Amino acid sequence: MTSPSETLIELTGICKRFGGLAALSDVSLHIRRGEIYGLIGPNGAGKTTLFNVITGLYQLDAGTFNFAGRAYAHCKPHVLAQAGIARTFQNIRLFANMTTLENVMVGRHLRTHSGIWGALTRSPAAREEERVIAERAHQLLSYVGIRRPANTLAKNLSYGEQRRLEIARALATDPMLLALDEPAAGMNSTETESLKTLLQDIRSQGVTVLLIEHDVKLIMGLCDRVAVLDYGKKIAEGVPEQVRNDPAVISAYLGCGDD
Amino acid sequence: MRLHRLAKHYFAALGVALLALPFIVDAMFGHGWVRIADFALLYIMLALGLNIVVGYAGLLDLGYIAFFAVGAYTYALLGSPQFGLHWPMWAVLPLGALFACGFGVLLGAPTLRLRGDYLAIVTLGFGEIIRIFMNNLNAPVNITNGPQGISGIDPLRVADFSFGKAHEWFGVEFAAVHLHYYLFLAFTLLVIFVSLRLQHSRIGRAWMAIREDEVAASAMGINTRNVKLLAFAMGATFGGISGGLFAGFQGFVSPESFSLMESVMVLCMVVLGGMGNIAGVVLGGVLLVVLPEAFRHGAGPMQQALFGKTVVDPESLRMLMFGLALILVMLWRPAGLWPSAQRRRELMPDEAVAQQERDTVYDVSK
Repeated sequence: MTSPSETLIELTGICKRFGGLAALSDVSLHIRRGEIYGLIGPNGAGKTTLFNVITGLYQLDAGTFNFAGRAYAHCKPHVLAQAGIARTFQNIRLFANMTTLENVMVGRHLRTHSGIWGALTRSPAAREEERVIAERAHQLLSYVGIRRPANTLAKNLSYGEQRRLEIARALATDPMLLALDEPAAGMNSTETESLKTLLQDIRSQGVTVLLIEHDVKLIMGLCDRVAVLDYGKKIAEGVPEQVRNDPAVISAYLGCGDD
Repeated sequence: MRLHRLAKHYFAALGVALLALPFIVDAMFGHGWVRIADFALLYIMLALGLNIVVGYAGLLDLGYIAFFAVGAYTYALLGSPQFGLHWPMWAVLPLGALFACGFGVLLGAPTLRLRGDYLAIVTLGFGEIIRIFMNNLNAPVNITNGPQGISGIDPLRVADFSFGKAHEWFGVEFAAVHLHYYLFLAFTLLVIFVSLRLQHSRIGRAWMAIREDEVAASAMGINTRNVKLLAFAMGATFGGISGGLFAGFQGFVSPESFSLMESVMVLCMVVLGGMGNIAGVVLGGVLLVVLPEAFRHGAGPMQQALFGKTVVDPESLRMLMFGLALILVMLWRPAGLWPSAQRRRELMPDEAVAQQERDTVYDVSK
């Protein structure tokens, strides 16, 4: 059994530069197992860059990155997915011309094994695996609340459904950490509310959630802890109440008089 | 259940038609057209191989004919007087496929980071490199006989049975072109079977995910390097098999047969027929082999009848018509003549837009 305060992901002194621009400088944070951790900050603060670093899309320039007790600097995205980090994207990146079911089935890829021979011979083992993949995908679709026929093309889903399909696809990889990049963007208040319930339920299944969000209400009501990024630096961290009243945070968001 | 029985009847009828085809074609148009049918089958195999790379995995390959060349030259070198080797078909064909597969990986490996236009340019270069190699490997050591090509290649043969000679069974004479037709048909069906099985599998889904969004695919845990190499390897293998059969059928190979134009032709079959859809690709292959031939044979006499003389050289008219047909198809049926069910749904943009609007009209309250 893991203790609730055990660290799942630990970032120390993370730096990421693009030419002369320091997108992230000396960012350190640790996320505990089973918590919902919010990442906020003004546009361009480096939130998505941080996501790209921990999911392997960017290679970090300095710092260490430990996940579940192992170091993962300079790894390919699929290695990190294998390790148990799944994500969604700020600008939805579904497999647009595949069905909703297939989208989720792709998420099962790294937890299954059938290769060419399994596909060609359709051996009992391969057929069984395929059946289990489809069954799990159906389950996940209804879990996130997509009620459409499973053969609907992903691109024909509504915006809110596409965001939820991304979550289903990410969950299909059996993640330990689910990283969501602005999951509530473009959602109305009802949809945001049901998203909140969904995320709480996901956490109760033992998945740690890392969340980038602009919807302050959602962040405050949902997150156990919040970190604030501004110009690539972490300017505050703590429980939501504490962060909301932090003068540095207020000046980052509203600008400050003597600036 | 009834539908199932209907499908069975449909397939039985199709099977009989395919078996009878060479005789029908022979009776109606003559031997030459059976030969064209044989070529159509070879091209269908090529197009299906390219379909894996382009249609499934979305990797634009403009040098695909190189794998056909590798298969053909493997067969030619190991089964001709060139080196005095006369290896049997059952050894040479798989070897050709294996070499082609190896070349597929060889091409794939350095191009893994490339996409779209850049990948197209590099593969185009690769296709030309292979052809130029074949053209120049006659000095200092003569391997390929250079531009003269290799002739006297052994016919396709299984044990004592040669496909290069006419046989008679039950009082019916099966000419060499007929026999090749059945052999190629068997291989084509095998390639279709493999394509179908791959399409609806974990691997096929991974290919399509890469086609749709490579970044998302890798973030979902797909090892894009391996999966892309697999697509190149599978596609190249089909090309190699087709190439070996081509060499045995023709009895002669030269670098001329593997020009860039051939790569473009095969790509046209895939795109015109319906990328990613096996039936469409087969249709594309049939049309692009048969129609130009029909034009070649029909355009001259038709002009004679209409104008009393040949106004336009049939050969140039053929290419003109070919270009025109391509433009028209791309304008009116951008997903190909016979697109996959999913692509067909894409082709009804109005419906998709209407659906979107129905869905999003409630989302703007924010």
